[in-house]
Amino acid sequence: MNDTQTPTIGLFITCMVDLMRPSVGFAALRLLDRAGAKVVVPEKQTCCGQPAFNSGDVKNAQIIAKQVIEAFEGFDHVVAPSGSCTGMISKHYPDLFKEEPEWQARAEKLSARTFELTAYLADHLKLDKSLATFDHTVTYHDSCASRRELGVVDQPRKLLSAVDGLVLKELADTETCCGFGGLFSVKFPDVSQAITKTKTDLVIDTKADVLVGADLGCLVNQAGQLKKSGSKVRIFHIAEVLAGMATGPGIEGEGQ
Amino acid sequence: MKHFTQDHPLCHDFLKGAKKALDDDRLQAQLARSLKDGFQKKRLKGMSRLPEYQDLRDRAKAIKTHTLKNLDKYLEQFEAQVIKAGGQVHWARDDVEATKIIIDICKSVDAKTVTKGKSMISEEIGLNVQLRKNGIEPIETDLGEYIIQLRDEPPSHIIAPAFHLSKEQVAETFHEHHLNQPPDRDLSEPTSLVHEARIELREKFLQADVGITGANVLIAETGTALIVTNEGNGDLTQCLPPVHIAVTSIEKVVPTLEDADTILRLLGRTATGQEMTVYTTFFTGAKRNQDLDGPQQFHMVLLDNRRSELLGGPLHDVLGCIRCGACINHCPIYAKVSGHAYGWVYPGPIGSILTPHLVGVDEAHLLPNACTMCGRCEEVCPVRIPLPTLLRTWRNRAYDAGHPGGVQRLGLNIWAWFAKRPSLYRLLLRPAVLALRLMGKMRPFNLPAPQGSTFMDRYKGGER
Ligand code: SF4
Repeated sequence: MNDTQTPTIGLFITCMVDLMRPSVGFAALRLLDRAGAKVVVPEKQTCCGQPAFNSGDVKNAQIIAKQVIEAFEGFDHVVAPSGSCTGMISKHYPDLFKEEPEWQARAEKLSARTFELTAYLADHLKLDKSLATFDHTVTYHDSCASRRELGVVDQPRKLLSAVDGLVLKELADTETCCGFGGLFSVKFPDVSQAITKTKTDLVIDTKADVLVGADLGCLVNQAGQLKKSGSKVRIFHIAEVLAGMATGPGIEGEGQ
Repeated sequence: MKHFTQDHPLCHDFLKGAKKALDDDRLQAQLARSLKDGFQKKRLKGMSRLPEYQDLRDRAKAIKTHTLKNLDKYLEQFEAQVIKAGGQVHWARDDVEATKIIIDICKSVDAKTVTKGKSMISEEIGLNVQLRKNGIEPIETDLGEYIIQLRDEPPSHIIAPAFHLSKEQVAETFHEHHLNQPPDRDLSEPTSLVHEARIELREKFLQADVGITGANVLIAETGTALIVTNEGNGDLTQCLPPVHIAVTSIEKVVPTLEDADTILRLLGRTATGQEMTVYTTFFTGAKRNQDLDGPQQFHMVLLDNRRSELLGGPLHDVLGCIRCGACINHCPIYAKVSGHAYGWVYPGPIGSILTPHLVGVDEAHLLPNACTMCGRCEEVCPVRIPLPTLLRTWRNRAYDAGHPGGVQRLGLNIWAWFAKRPSLYRLLLRPAVLALRLMGKMRPFNLPAPQGSTFMDRYKGGER
C-alpha cells in the first residue's frame, strides 16, 4: 500500500465490457472514484484468458495469464466488474503455474489482491449510501462464479438495497446456472438456449421490470432469450445501476 | 467397451443425443418435474435435518483418502475375511474377465435364469448381453431396471435407471409386456404399477438359479458387503437363490463398519433425502450351518477396469465417489439432456469424468466440454470431489489430443494470437471478435450491438 493510505486500484476492464458495453467500465470508474479510490486502467490488458483456459488450451492460457500478472502487479488492488474474470484471476491463475513456482508465487500474490467489483465496494470501500436513484423493481442474477467461486452473494444485494427507489425482488432458483458458460454456449447452442429459457422464464415470473447482474456474459446471454420471449424486461449491469447510469434501453436494447 | 443393449447413440453423438432429448416434450416435462421438486428438494430436506453435515463430509473424504492410499492393504484384508466367512473372491482386471468369471460360475451350476439387483458395475461390464449370449436369462428385479429391461433401454441415471420415464410411459410399457394381465386394468397410480411388477417378479425370484447384485460398500475388517435399496429386491436376490454373486469395483472398500456407517449416513440423504434407505442389507460370506437362510455359495467379483491406473494421478479424487447421484441431480446440462445423451453408462458430471477414462478421450471428448463450469456439482458432492477441476483435466487432455479440431480450433488460435498481443489487439479488435464468431454457429442473438467504440478507445480519449 502506498503511504497516502489510499490504495491504487488497477481496473481490469474485461474483454466483454471493453468491446460491448463500455458504459459498465465508466460506471465502475465513477463508483470507485466517488468512493475516494485512486483508479487506473492499464492499457496492456486484453482478456483474462478464459476462452483458452476453458477449452483446455493451457499454453495460451498461461501466456495470457502472465501478461495480466505483469500488467497488474504494480497495483495495491485489482478490481474487475465480473465474477467470472475475477474468479479466473484469483482462483485459477495460481493453478496454471504448478510447474513454474516463480510464476505461481506471483499469481498467488495477484490472486490475494484481486476483487470482484461489488465485493470491493461493499467490503473494502464500505460503500453503504446510495449514489443513485432508480425507481424500478429489480431482480438480481447471481453468476455461478460470483456465487460459488467467490462467495459473493450478500454484497450486491446490500448495494442494490441502498439505491433510492429500488425494490429488489429475488429470483427463484437463483443458484442455478443461466446456461452461458462462455464457449459452452458456442459449442452447445441448443442445450445452452434451453437452460437459458428456464432461467429467463423465472426472471419474467418475478414481474420485475429490470434484470441486474454483475457478469456481462450472463446478462448478454439472457438478453437474447428475453428478447426472443417478447419480454420488456430491461437489463443492466449492477455498476450502471449503482452509478446512476442505468438509462436508456439497457443491454441489447440498442436499435430495437 | 461399448455395449448398450440396443443400437444407441454413443458419446461422440452427444450433440445428436442432446438434440433428441430437447425435442422430446415428454422427457422435458419429466425432467422439469422430477429434478427440482424431486431430487433437489428431497436432498435439501435431508440436509436440513443433519446439522453435522459438513463434518460428515470431511469425515467421508478423510475415510476415502486414507483407504485409497492403502487400497491394496484393505482389499487384501477384505479378501481374507470373505474367504474366512466361506465366500470366494475373484479379481477381474476388466469387463471381459469379469463377465467370464460370472458366466463360468453360472455355468458351473447349470443356471438358466439369474435374478439381478441394480448394479452400475453390471452395466459397465455389459453383463446382461454376455449372459444372454451364453443362454442365461438375466431378470432385473429393481423396479427401474426391470422397466428399462422391458423397454430394452440403458439406464438414464445411476440411482434411478428409469428416471427418464413418466408413470404413464411405464403403464404403457406394462400394458405392452404383461400380456397375461387383464388388458383393461387400471395402472394410473404408482402403487398399481409397483403391485403389478411385484406379481410378475415374485415367481422369478423363486425360480432363479443365481442371484447377482452389486455392492455399495465393502467392509475390510469383516469381509462384509452391503447394498442399499428401497424395494427389498436386493435381499431377495441375494438370499433366495442357492448362489449369490456380488460384483463391484475395488474402490468401494472402507476399513471398518463405522466407516461404512459414515458413508451410509451421507449416501441416503444426498441421493434421495432419506436418512436411511428402506433396506440396507449386509452380507458376509455364504450360509453357515446355523443360518436359517442364505446362499450356499457366495462369490465376490472385484473389478478394477483401469481404476488402479487413476491412483495418485490427476483424476485420483474421482475414486472417492460413492455414486449418490447428487452431482447429476444438480447439473444444468443433465436437467436438459437426461442420461442417454451421454452415450455411456454414467451420465452427468461424474460420468463425464469416468467415461473418457473408460472409453477413451477421442470417443468422449465432448462430455467434459458439455459443462458450463457452474460448480454446483462440487457444491453438492458429499465427499467433496472437485468435479470441475477433474473435468478441466479432461478438457486439457482433449485439447492436447486435437479436440476441438477444425474451425473451432482455428478460431481459438486466432483469438489467442491477438489476446497475447495487447497493442495489435487494440488495433484489430474487430477481427478478433470475428474469429470468436467463427468458432461456431454463434446464436444469432448472442452479441448485442456494441456501444460505438471500445472502452479503451474512449478511456484513452480522456473520458471518465
Ligand atoms: S461425484 Fe460426488 S455427487 Fe457425484 S455421484 Fe459421486 S459422490 Fe455423488
